[in-house]
Amino acid sequence: MATRYMDAVLVEKRMSSRVRKNTGFKGLFFASTLFGLIVLAVLLVRIFTQGIEYINIDFLMNHLSTDASRAGIMGAILGTAWLMVVVIPVTMIIGVGTAIYLELYAKKGKLQSFIATNISNLAGVPSIVYGLLGLTLFVRTLEFGNVILAGGLTLALLVLPIVIVAAQEALRAVPGQLSEASYGMGATKWQTVRRIILPAALPGILTGAILALSRAIGETAPLTVLGIPALLIPFPSGVFDTFTALPMQVYYWTIDSSLVAEYANLAAATIIVLLILLFLLNSIAILIRNKFQQRY
Amino acid sequence: MSTVMEKQINLKLVRNPNERYEPEVPKEVVYDTKGLNLWYGETHALKNINMDIKEKEVTAIIGPSGCGKSTYLKTLNRMVELVPIVKTSGQITYKGKNILDKSFRVEDLRTQVGMVFQKANPFPKSIYENIAYGPKIHGIKNKKVLDEIVENSLRGAFIWDELKDRLGDNAYGLSGGQQQRLCIARCLAVEPNVILMDEPTSALDPKSTLRIEELVQELKKDYAIVIVTHNMQQAARISDKTAFFLNGEIIEYDKTDHIFNNPTDQRTGDYISGRFG
Amino acid sequence: MAANNKNRMSVSKMIEQQKQKRKFFNQLERFIPTLLLIIASISVLTTVGIIYTLFAESVAFFRNVPILDFLTGTVLKPLSQNPEFGLLPLLNGTIISTVIAMLVAGPIGMMSAIYLSEYAPDHVRRVLKPLLEILAGVPTIVYGFFAFTFVTPLLRMIFPSIEATNILSPGIIMGVMIIPMIASLSEDAMSSVPNSMREGALALGSTKLETTFKVVIPAALSGIIASFVLGISRAIGETMIVAIASGSSKNFSFDITGSMQTMTAYIVEVAGGEAAAGTTIYYSLYAVALTLFVFTLMMNLLAKYISRKFREEY
Repeated sequence: MATRYMDAVLVEKRMSSRVRKNTGFKGLFFASTLFGLIVLAVLLVRIFTQGIEYINIDFLMNHLSTDASRAGIMGAILGTAWLMVVVIPVTMIIGVGTAIYLELYAKKGKLQSFIATNISNLAGVPSIVYGLLGLTLFVRTLEFGNVILAGGLTLALLVLPIVIVAAQEALRAVPGQLSEASYGMGATKWQTVRRIILPAALPGILTGAILALSRAIGETAPLTVLGIPALLIPFPSGVFDTFTALPMQVYYWTIDSSLVAEYANLAAATIIVLLILLFLLNSIAILIRNKFQQRY
Repeated sequence: MSTVMEKQINLKLVRNPNERYEPEVPKEVVYDTKGLNLWYGETHALKNINMDIKEKEVTAIIGPSGCGKSTYLKTLNRMVELVPIVKTSGQITYKGKNILDKSFRVEDLRTQVGMVFQKANPFPKSIYENIAYGPKIHGIKNKKVLDEIVENSLRGAFIWDELKDRLGDNAYGLSGGQQQRLCIARCLAVEPNVILMDEPTSALDPKSTLRIEELVQELKKDYAIVIVTHNMQQAARISDKTAFFLNGEIIEYDKTDHIFNNPTDQRTGDYISGRFG
Repeated sequence: MAANNKNRMSVSKMIEQQKQKRKFFNQLERFIPTLLLIIASISVLTTVGIIYTLFAESVAFFRNVPILDFLTGTVLKPLSQNPEFGLLPLLNGTIISTVIAMLVAGPIGMMSAIYLSEYAPDHVRRVLKPLLEILAGVPTIVYGFFAFTFVTPLLRMIFPSIEATNILSPGIIMGVMIIPMIASLSEDAMSSVPNSMREGALALGSTKLETTFKVVIPAALSGIIASFVLGISRAIGETMIVAIASGSSKNFSFDITGSMQTMTAYIVEVAGGEAAAGTTIYYSLYAVALTLFVFTLMMNLLAKYISRKFREEY
């Protein structure tokens, strides 16, 4: 009789402990997944309870002030809005242009893969380093000073890789048969790109651009390097004005909260405004994605 | 008066396909292919192709998968160049000019030569915009003219009555057969001289297939039509001439009747009767 | 048919006429590839700009401070009468904050990835994954505020001696911020392990846990390691959380309940103080930034190398 190496009773005994172990770990894994979400929930609840009562018309509309009871963030809101005015066209033109070149015009070869590698490496450069580039190039060498244009261009370069990659993916998703049909009618390459491929890729491009924009709006580190004044009273009214922005205001109020405790609440209130802005932008992105999901 | 008469004659012709109308003037050659060779990288995909295609005829190209029939079709409007590794030698003259010559503007060629693809590929735009696309890219912007072109093209593809009330709808809402006829109408809008069809009915149900076949019979009065098909019966039903491709070569090219009833080469007969391929 | 024919003539003619007019546009179109190439080269110029700026100004710095003193110095006193520019305190702060962050993000991100890829039912994953992604979308300034005003006071309950600015609290929060990155990239790697491999193990009577650890994770290892390396790179480059919550102590110490400065926070402090151009302290910004840039670039290249070199062939 052949030896049986598997002892059925023993295996069964062990099995129940193995199954218990599996169940236990499943709980642990689930709890880990929840951990991040719980921290997020605590963060949101904490900030909202701390800041919500400071949000009123005066806070939104007033100029900055060292007096916590009179301080308002209109200047920071306008500063952030002006930054967007610079970031949007610059990233759209350069980002979409680069994506079109890489996906539709460049020959597969060394140049194309060099540019693509370069972009993916740029995406990993810390934002503070972009700040130094902005400081050296825009503020000092081109002598813009610490104005909106310098800040906007710096942020635009920072989020450019996000827009390029999103636009590349959107262009790649347009089925080749559409452009074939266009070429088949005698359309030139540019006509095909402009009238068929770009419109079909537009929802994907916009979604990516909006996500990039929300990244730019929340960025603080590069702006701290450019030298943004901590207490700026006049509102900016053009790209050559000095400015502050919502995240910068949060930064200053947070580090000064050890001096004036109430500043922490103002920072929380400013964060609420910033988060609502980001929430709106992301909702728009999701709406666009759902509404224009193509059925090729 | 003459319009009505012509129409009647035409209708009569469709009803009796056996009673083929032979014109007294010989038909003009649209495409003349001489010694065409084509390589995809190292693969020799077309070998010494010689073939002429005449106006007002349906020329069918048949053969097993990978025999080069689609490649040849796409060479006729140089769509084959969208694959960057393609190399060609020999010549294809279209109306007396060699289209493989680099100085020949490919956009001009494709304006005069329409193409209908295997899978209907309308643009993700309205029905109207699909048809108007061609005229628009060629610079026609007058709204009235465009309206007229859209109507005529849809009529030409016998789909006007179905679609006239929903021109603003997205073309993706149409059935597969309607989409394919829309694509044919779109190609008529720039009024080509030749229509190339790459297995236009392979994705369609029998009823839609029949409608497209009827349409081809109508269109051949004005256009030269080259159709690649997998379907032997289809080739026999609608074409005047048939070319049989095998491994990148033309085995036989002759009148359709001759090819189907009395092929010269044994391989042609084998293929048609389903003994291989 | 005659009517149709008449129109046919006219449209072809119109196209022919328009072709003459369009000649100008067709000429223009020839320049489009060049124009697009110029646009695409802006991203290359950005890289060149970054590298040139960092190197050029660092060279000026190393004229005043020998490079060896910079790299091995343990004393950083940029504002003193006899300034000293030792990198090690900053390097130490950077490494310690990164280690703390990875101690949080590594296990939790990994376990989240296991749950999402192996255990979660489809409808649960579809809810949890986007929620987790929100963590990555919160601006870092918000995390900085949270670490400074909430987490540090909370930690004081455990470590009563903890300072108002310390490296522990921002380290932990940085870890939370990196969780979605590791979870998402590791999950992608694990999800792409073909089901046939799982089925093979499950059919032998393995539990899901055993299958995960003995089959799925080994098969997805390169992707998982790459996600950790990218997480480290992210932690090294993170600025606002540490700048706010860890203060500006330049001591070379290992006390995680005390303030420590990272390379990034140093740049914020010195640049924000409007150091006059041309001074050694101004140039030190660039030397520190160059170090930071080299570190993160190496990490990113390493991650790419790992995921490419060890790409599993299924």
